[in-house]
Amino acid sequence: METDTIAAISTPVGEGAIAIVRLSGVDAVAIAASIFQGKNLKEVASHTIHYGKIMDPDTNEVAEEVMVSVMRAPKTFTREDVVEINCHGGMVAVNRVLEIMLAKGARLAEPGEFTKRAFLNGRIDLSQAEAVMDLIRAKTDKAMTVALKQMDGRLSKMIQKYRQSLLETVAHVEVNIDYPEYDDVEEMSHELMREKTKAVHKEIEELLQIAKQGKILREGLSTAIIGRPNVGKSSLMNTLVQENKAIVTEIPGTTRDIIEEYVNVRGVPLRLVDTAGIRETEDIVEKIGVERSRQVLKESDLILFVLNYNEKLSEEDRKLFKAIEGLEYIVIINKTDLAQQLDMDEVERLAMNRPVITTSLIEEQGIDELEAAIANVFFAGDIDTGDLTYVSNVRHIQLLKQAKAALEDAMQSLELGMPLDIVQIDVTRTWELLGEIIGDTASDSLIDQLFSQFCLGK
Amino acid sequence: MVYDAGHYDVIVVGAGHAGSEAALAAAKMGAKTLILTLNLDMIAFMPCNPSIGGPAKGIVVREIDALGGVMAKVIDKTYIQMRMLNTGKGPAVQALRAQADKPLYIQEMKQLIENEKNITLRQGMVDELIIEDGICKGVITETHAAYHAETVIVTTGTFMRGKVLMGDLEYESGPNNQRPTIKLSENLEKLGLEITRFKTGTPPRVNSHTIDYSKTEIQPGDEKPRGFSYETTEFITEQIPCWLTYTNEFTHKIIDDNLSLSAMYSGMKRGTGPRYCPSIEDKIVRFHDKPRHQIFLEPEGRNTEEVYVQGLSTSLPESVQHEMVRSVPGLENAEIMRPGYAIEYDALIPTQLWPTLETKKIAGLFTAGQINGTSGYEEAAAQGLMAGINAAAKVLGKEPVILDRSQAYIGVLIDDLVTKGTKEPYRLLTSRAEYRLLLRHDNADLRLTALGHELGLISNERYDRFLLKKQQVEEEMNRLRKIVIKPNAIVQEVLQEAEASPLKEAVKAADLLKRPEMSYALIERLIEANESLTSDIKEQVEIHIKYEGYIKKANEQVERMLKMEDKKIPENIDYDAISGIATEAREKLKTVRPLSVGQASRISGVNPSDISILLVYIENGKIAKLAN
Repeated sequence: METDTIAAISTPVGEGAIAIVRLSGVDAVAIAASIFQGKNLKEVASHTIHYGKIMDPDTNEVAEEVMVSVMRAPKTFTREDVVEINCHGGMVAVNRVLEIMLAKGARLAEPGEFTKRAFLNGRIDLSQAEAVMDLIRAKTDKAMTVALKQMDGRLSKMIQKYRQSLLETVAHVEVNIDYPEYDDVEEMSHELMREKTKAVHKEIEELLQIAKQGKILREGLSTAIIGRPNVGKSSLMNTLVQENKAIVTEIPGTTRDIIEEYVNVRGVPLRLVDTAGIRETEDIVEKIGVERSRQVLKESDLILFVLNYNEKLSEEDRKLFKAIEGLEYIVIINKTDLAQQLDMDEVERLAMNRPVITTSLIEEQGIDELEAAIANVFFAGDIDTGDLTYVSNVRHIQLLKQAKAALEDAMQSLELGMPLDIVQIDVTRTWELLGEIIGDTASDSLIDQLFSQFCLGK
Repeated sequence: MVYDAGHYDVIVVGAGHAGSEAALAAAKMGAKTLILTLNLDMIAFMPCNPSIGGPAKGIVVREIDALGGVMAKVIDKTYIQMRMLNTGKGPAVQALRAQADKPLYIQEMKQLIENEKNITLRQGMVDELIIEDGICKGVITETHAAYHAETVIVTTGTFMRGKVLMGDLEYESGPNNQRPTIKLSENLEKLGLEITRFKTGTPPRVNSHTIDYSKTEIQPGDEKPRGFSYETTEFITEQIPCWLTYTNEFTHKIIDDNLSLSAMYSGMKRGTGPRYCPSIEDKIVRFHDKPRHQIFLEPEGRNTEEVYVQGLSTSLPESVQHEMVRSVPGLENAEIMRPGYAIEYDALIPTQLWPTLETKKIAGLFTAGQINGTSGYEEAAAQGLMAGINAAAKVLGKEPVILDRSQAYIGVLIDDLVTKGTKEPYRLLTSRAEYRLLLRHDNADLRLTALGHELGLISNERYDRFLLKKQQVEEEMNRLRKIVIKPNAIVQEVLQEAEASPLKEAVKAADLLKRPEMSYALIERLIEANESLTSDIKEQVEIHIKYEGYIKKANEQVERMLKMEDKKIPENIDYDAISGIATEAREKLKTVRPLSVGQASRISGVNPSDISILLVYIENGKIAKLAN
């Protein structure tokens, strides 16, 4: 019954090393094939898996190395053609792959839509119907909650600002149409309309630019782990990631580069950045690491500052406290399995009401408390996301792109000298699309705006 | 006590703009029809402004005509002025507006009804409905006449428990001092229909002899004759102008000083008034900084001196109205003939209606017009027409007729009413239509004539003419798509004249027409003329080719919308049995009882996830049926 092709990331966000982008629908294979470098997916046998590369159509560069499964209808979950693209390398790459699929003609799936299709195509039997409905409800609620939680207040405000500007413009055009004889209302001109659409277009473009640069929340809160060498930073990261990507060693200074990892701590998306230990050093390689570390520090949303329970507080530790003053951080006192050398009172004093958690990462002690503290900091709204505001998920980006395209249609009509009531159709569409981002699709707003903005009537 | 006064197929209660259309449509479809009205001299009376049409509303009048209604024909015979509005804008928003001759309009409509052989027209006050087993079977009047019928259409306008308000004066009345309908309103309430209270108002009328027109600006009608009806061939050429003047700071001070004396501002809780038709008190209060407001002086007819003071709708005491009117330039010596007043009345909450305008609670009972919470003659007439069609269809065993939002403004109007309800008297605005590029003044016939013909409301002769026009439009468009225009001297000259850039290479005529500076008239000079085409056809061709891309896009949207409209919701659906639907959505769905998933999705408070669940549930039902 529904014929378009849908796509979504079908693995949980931020969990697991592999993420899968799933497509379902009549064009699933064609869409995947159009940007896949490897075998011709249109010709491969059903239920086979293929290695290759997903090409970025904008840059013509490799976006991601992938394994692609092709499964043809009807023996699939949805009874439609299904393609699954197995990606690795964190959320950025997966999101990029999804974006490419959407750009190539797939539509972002609604929550529970794969299951819904499976049901509607008769894949699931009657007795499961109730369960499907519950699933849709649950998934939708979760997605909505997550979307709301993820949505930065400022993004919402910015979208509202653009919408208000568009709404006023549209209301102005509407008044000219519905009350043509009212001289109180000046006639909206092509010039004014051009100005208004251009201004909003520029803002949307900037938002998208920022989204592209990756300065966005969709990869999670940028979280830096700092501390002198060998206090357990890499162990902490590994504990959180639960796999061994960073090198864990007893020799100070062996973690030389910035390594990033994505984790989901109790629903809080974190982008962990493990920095080289900050300290004075003659070692040139180490020094580059330190400089980069300082830089990263300021850009972080959250800092996990690790101290050694087994050592006295050093001058470097105090310097670090100084360096992160005013930032959002959690102090982690690690190695409680060893003898206490650290002056806890002094740490409490220096921490200035920030949470102080004691752990023994080796013995897996204190990890729950740490995760609780991270979640608490996030959900209590203490985190100032700074310039990392903005667009938090693919759905938002997709809607922004559609809004931008609609606005461009309006601008093109303006250039063609079309009447404003024609131009306005696409401006209204832009307004609606932006509304979908913030979940406001009330259609009466325009009429309300009309009557609050202008004095009308006989 | 009660005597049997006869049996009919359709009874129409009220003969205003809704009642007249309802009765005529039902009768023409073959239903034996009775109209009961309070006052035979007030058929299709205009208690407020003397005009018909305007943006959106004017298009509705065209749609009524294309479906076989009469409003367009009656106004075409009786107007004193005709104007095409929004001529500088796109084709989608152009609309006709006529100034009506009120007494003549009444005469003309009365005669149409009198001459319709299937209609019995009678004066009488209906007190209650005859209900048997929850089905409406007729009406009983105050004279104890019991009229029996298969269907009843109630079109009582603002008469139900009407109350006129002016300063501290307050009395039970219909508009213009007519008797109010009290018992019927109580009867409807007792039968379980939910009623709300709305209000509206009207300005004073002044004697034309006492107006100094030299202080006002003239607002003449169009020189080019036009009519609403596709059947009108003769146009009234002698037109009467309207006049424009303004309020000023003195007017505003008078209103400000006396605000507490205004019936609507004296602190009493009152019915809800329309925002788009505010009283002058409202305008002064809400837009205090505006130095002046426009006042249009509109004659009420050729054979009367009464002039409607548009813009001064008020419920201030009479004494203040004199003062207020005389503060306006041109009206210094004006004599008020009728003072303005506000009127409060009962209206049905329209979500109690099916899209056919039949009430959900009482089968066989239809309602149309202001009783459904709308305002405006055109909105009333449109509903009357559809209620008449559907009531007759029900009696005659035909399929109900429901227009969708892409077919007509009438579809938008009724869908809005029955799906969303309304918190204030509802007026059509162009912004309410999402596919207005398709719902144009110029193509109302192309959209609806075939349907009108199928219903028996459009004559075969008119239908044949329509088919011919349609064919000619297509042929001409195809011709323009084939003809090649080469860049020769004549072409460049025409282009230069139109301030368009010169032609570099040969193009198809249709493509050249798409240029913003070009028109069919200009293209015509470059190609072999097609003598058989009327201006109507040329207009169609031009609009279709020039806005092709936009029309195509709108049609794609419509297709998506219609897909959801095609997913019907079974009438016996039990929303309580569907787990997973949010509580608010469930309540709304139970009230509105949408006929399709598309309609359900337009209910405010019903979210996409609720729609998904609903879809799954409906499919589930289908599968269950197949399994059985």
